[in-house]
Amino acid sequence: MDVFKSFRSPSGGETRVLDDIDLDIRRGEFFSLLGPSGCGKTTLLRILAGFEQPDAGQVIIGGQDMTGVPPHRRSVNTVFQSYALFPHLSVQDNVAFGLKMKGVPATQARHRVLQALDRVRIADFAARRPDQLSGGQRQRVALARAIVNEPQVLLLDEPLSALDLKLRKELQVELANLQESLGITFVFVTHDQEEALVMSDRMAVMNRGRVEQLGRAEDLYERPRTAFVANFLGSSNLIEGTVLGVDGIGATVQTVHGPLRTTHGHGLRTGQNVTLSVRPEKLRMERDDETEGNEIRATVDDIVYTGAENQYLLRAGGQQLVVFQLNADIGADEDFDYEEQVALYLPPDNLVVLEEA
Amino acid sequence: MLTVRRFLATLGPGTLWLGVFLIVPALVMLGYSFLTRTDLAQVGGPWTVENWERVFGYDALFQEWTADNLRVLWRSVWVAGLSTALCVLMGYPLAFYIARQGARRKNLLLILLIIPFWTNFLIRVYAWILILRPFDLVPSLTATLLGMVYAFVPFFVLPVYSSVEKIDWRLLEAAQDLGAPPLRAFMTAVFPQTLPGLIAGVLLTFIPALGTFVVSDILGGAKTALVGNLIQNQFGQAGDWPYGSALSFLLMGAVLLGLWAYARTAGHKGLEELV
Repeated sequence: MDVFKSFRSPSGGETRVLDDIDLDIRRGEFFSLLGPSGCGKTTLLRILAGFEQPDAGQVIIGGQDMTGVPPHRRSVNTVFQSYALFPHLSVQDNVAFGLKMKGVPATQARHRVLQALDRVRIADFAARRPDQLSGGQRQRVALARAIVNEPQVLLLDEPLSALDLKLRKELQVELANLQESLGITFVFVTHDQEEALVMSDRMAVMNRGRVEQLGRAEDLYERPRTAFVANFLGSSNLIEGTVLGVDGIGATVQTVHGPLRTTHGHGLRTGQNVTLSVRPEKLRMERDDETEGNEIRATVDDIVYTGAENQYLLRAGGQQLVVFQLNADIGADEDFDYEEQVALYLPPDNLVVLEEA
Repeated sequence: MLTVRRFLATLGPGTLWLGVFLIVPALVMLGYSFLTRTDLAQVGGPWTVENWERVFGYDALFQEWTADNLRVLWRSVWVAGLSTALCVLMGYPLAFYIARQGARRKNLLLILLIIPFWTNFLIRVYAWILILRPFDLVPSLTATLLGMVYAFVPFFVLPVYSSVEKIDWRLLEAAQDLGAPPLRAFMTAVFPQTLPGLIAGVLLTFIPALGTFVVSDILGGAKTALVGNLIQNQFGQAGDWPYGSALSFLLMGAVLLGLWAYARTAGHKGLEELV
């Protein structure tokens, strides 16, 4: 897929909603499109479904050029954010609709419908109407209605966003398992980074109509390439600096906190301005008066208790840094106090060098 | 004492309105239909069922029977039915067209739809004489039909329009996504959503069309009299109020029969949804 899309704005100018999207989604993988609202992820999904046409470029599904093919002739099905169940049809008839359109014989269709309802554990409600179901149940019906057609690609448009947190977490796991057992390619659109991390094999982080970074969940989290990815996917501490020197195992960067070592400096030049990114949970706070290599002095500004972990806001070199520390033992002496002076260790392996914006 | 007062209080203005403007007049009419006409178009005794015999085509002694009234009623039913059908054919797409325009254009079109109401209805119907005369269509049943479609189309378009406004278009995409070609997708996802408006529009068109007399009087001529003309004539020229009252119950009966048939097919919820 290689797609451009622009919308004409009311004032007559054009806004590029999607720009130079070049994605290769693999057969049978769980792929997420992650980004803030307005980044173009839903437009991209709608182009895959056939509801919108790209202004330039090609959409290829299963080796066939699908550009310009109307939605009802694509072997792609969508689970809509609003579920979009037919209110006047029973659950069973909703799920059977796609098979009926394909001309599947009634007896065979009934069997497949029941199987699909079983798969999403909603078979008991087959005779009900959508307005007699809860949000989570409707979600399951919408899912059954799509998977019963055994599409080549299943598109999911923020399907969990209307559900409460607990149900959402349950369904995240269920969806991931379902995808694995069906072997259908899932393209999942979400603005929830945790959702994307939990479920996807690979994902694309999108921003302003472009793909910022594409890769496996772990790769994107551990080695974000841009400041946007570093902050959208989890949170990050960004430290700016100038490259002092590059050697075989990394680089040394001069920052407001003094020189810092990173093992990610390949391809840097001496004198270049760079931004380093480090995840809050990779930082280590110590009660140590001396600072050694890659250690900086910091003062505890604020402590946020979130149950599983403590989040420390530290002040260092005129900058605020965030540290997450697992709340492993009650009353352990790793708990720090307000205004306490600490030594903060920034492991060189976890100091990632970002690309210039 | 308190319960009586509370009972009266709950009756409220709605009941009062219905009582004063619907029940009481209907009862008066029912009473009239069993009375006799007197000189100077007055109503008086003695009590009689003669008017009802005439309604159903018998003479005073049950010796002769004519189908004249039933023929007029039947003609009224199919003319009203045909004009309603034409209203549906014209108005249903029109309602969609208006509802899918931008906000400014939509308001403009709605105003255009309503503006004719600012002119007196009689004058507008007379205008049709001028329009149709060159085609040698006045008086004729065709002219009546055209006039009725013209008069009632806005009453059909407005309720359908309000249904179309509320349509969840995502259902259309869902149907297409599941493999339905455009027409099939429309029938599955959109048509059912317009059904309340469609039914309301049909009733708002059919019922007045069944009782109209102005259009058929001006455009139709004597040979194509409708039940409305027959009734109007009794209260006007003929001055026979008791017979007119009995005839209007015939019309009311036809309407109620139609509503009953509708309620039977659509189930109990149907009528409530409309009101």
